[in-house]
Amino acid sequence: MIPRHLMIAMAILLAAALSLSLYAWHVRKSVTTTPTAVIDTRPLAPPVTGPTERVILFVAHDEDGTLRGLSAQIPMPSGRQQRSEELLRALLSIYLDRSSTHVLGSGADIRSVYLVDPGSAVIDVNSAFADTHRSGVLVEQLTVASMIHTVTANTPGIQKVKILVDGKERETLAGHADLSSYYDVSAVNQLAVQLQPGQ
Amino acid sequence: MRWTNVPREIPRPPLLARASRIRRLCGFFLVAIVSTLLLSAAPPEKHLSVYSVAANYSLPLVQHDGRDYVGLLELLEPLGRVTAKTDGSKWRLRYNNVEGEFQSGKTRVRIHDRDADLGGKFVLDNKRGLVPLGSLSSLLPRFLGGPVTLHEAPGRLFIGNVGTHFTASLAGDNPPRLILHFTAPVNPIIATDQGVLRMTFSREPLVSPASPTLTFGSKVISSATFTENNGSAVLTVNASVPIIASFGNEGKTIVVTPTSNPAQSTTPTSPGTAETPTAQTPAPAAPPPVPLPARRRYFAIVDASHGGDDYGETLSAALLEKDVTVALAHSLRQELESRGISTLVLRDSDANLSVDDRAVYTNADHAAIYIALHATSSGRGVRVYTALLPFGEDDRGPFRSWTTAQHASLPLSQTTATAIAGELQKRQVPVRALSAALRPLNNVTGPAIAVEVSPQSSDLAQLTAPDYQQLVTGAVATAIAAAKDQLGSAP
Repeated sequence: MIPRHLMIAMAILLAAALSLSLYAWHVRKSVTTTPTAVIDTRPLAPPVTGPTERVILFVAHDEDGTLRGLSAQIPMPSGRQQRSEELLRALLSIYLDRSSTHVLGSGADIRSVYLVDPGSAVIDVNSAFADTHRSGVLVEQLTVASMIHTVTANTPGIQKVKILVDGKERETLAGHADLSSYYDVSAVNQLAVQLQPGQ
Repeated sequence: MRWTNVPREIPRPPLLARASRIRRLCGFFLVAIVSTLLLSAAPPEKHLSVYSVAANYSLPLVQHDGRDYVGLLELLEPLGRVTAKTDGSKWRLRYNNVEGEFQSGKTRVRIHDRDADLGGKFVLDNKRGLVPLGSLSSLLPRFLGGPVTLHEAPGRLFIGNVGTHFTASLAGDNPPRLILHFTAPVNPIIATDQGVLRMTFSREPLVSPASPTLTFGSKVISSATFTENNGSAVLTVNASVPIIASFGNEGKTIVVTPTSNPAQSTTPTSPGTAETPTAQTPAPAAPPPVPLPARRRYFAIVDASHGGDDYGETLSAALLEKDVTVALAHSLRQELESRGISTLVLRDSDANLSVDDRAVYTNADHAAIYIALHATSSGRGVRVYTALLPFGEDDRGPFRSWTTAQHASLPLSQTTATAIAGELQKRQVPVRALSAALRPLNNVTGPAIAVEVSPQSSDLAQLTAPDYQQLVTGAVATAIAAAKDQLGSAP
């Protein structure tokens, strides 16, 4: 015969196991129904400190296919290369806003800007920048002109600009805008004039 | 008297006996001839043509339970390291590092520790593993790790992106020439009959254009039809006169032209005898090269941008830019030709054509104007582009830099773009003339523009509406016709 105290202990243990199973089932159900937070895939960059400076960003507007100057006060480092990177990051922060006039895909970022004397600049964007970019002659041209004109208008002495994607040469941005050659800054300046409102 | 039915041997005269032997002999020969004819009329052996980067080859198909089967070991052998082992009713196949286990009479198989369905029973025939032909499209990607395209009924299997595409366009009026441009060299077997030229591509992975029937709007060379049958692709050109084919561009171009003398037709058929068998004329192994044109053959070259793997912009779930540009190109050709401007559409089907090839063809033709067509969902109306030249690479003597080949013609390109914009404005179409870094505009030596069409409202269906397309292409054609003298005098 089983002693009474053992039977009571067994009953308590069984009840505990049953209630823990029910609790685990309840927790699992609530986890699956809880919406997962939207993951921001944008890479983190260390915040730039130091004195702010007024710069002109040339922002693309899809609704009328124009490029408009926007005055902005942003912290600017002292090095030319870092300044160019900050200019483009400031421009991209505008484009990554969903209410932007020229939305870029989530995760688009500038990897680096290299200034190579005499007069060459290389803008290296990440693969998300190109992979998520909308396709179309004008929409791609606006992105390219906006970036090049913003850098060259604020950084004197640049004559030609090359755009790389993830450190590699790419044929086009999203099927149209040519990335295989160096952009002639004087030609891009003329394009920027063509893209002014009212032209 | 009693009658009996016992047969009696009646002696025959010697002459009658000989006649009977001759009749029997004739009967025997008749049976032999009929049997031979019946056997010769039996359907040809079915086979599967396989096209891959590694090799193109053909395998016989085996009939089993009324279905086509193919030997899996033989199929995979030319593609990689493959071994097979029979163990009773089980058959184990190893391709590179992928192992598959099959069992005779079963439809389920195990490949790389995952189950798959053959859609029919696996057959083990004398240690030879046979799988249903239809199962290859699901079976092979498991072994090969990449996509395959199976054309089951005609027995053609494409492993990876190996298809050879082609474009067809009609040039000239008297006599018209049908120019077939292939993305890879081809060497078909050619058969001709009165007004019909049949090219059979057995070894080439030729794939169908967007529409299997191409019409050219000419009474002389009216149409071409693409069909597939028993491991081959057949391109049939229909004409009202005898036609011949000649090769060029190292086998990448076939030009079909009417014969100047009907006697040149390779088949000595008499008119009206439709049943006359066609003569099989194998194409020469090394086709004679056709010299590149030294002078202008077309005034305008219209380029339907993108194509093949390059979709351009995905305008909607069912609408791709590459398809809209072909429709726009056809519309523009019609508008230009109605104004007396000889026009070539550079991409007439869903073919892969690199931007370099587009520029090379345009430069070789010395066309007076190159017009690239694009379509987009963004913006409203039309944009006319000229080249935004990249940072200069200087010309070296008579040699022009490839990236800035457009340099000398850019002013005339800009004048033409402005004229087109003006013509579109007259028709109340919103328009802008801009520069764009858009290849191959900078690689074309003559005047070159690109036209990007977007709908006038938010309705994307307008891009495919014939009346809107005609509104735009009519304006472009009118402006080019007005500038014809200026463009025609350009070097």
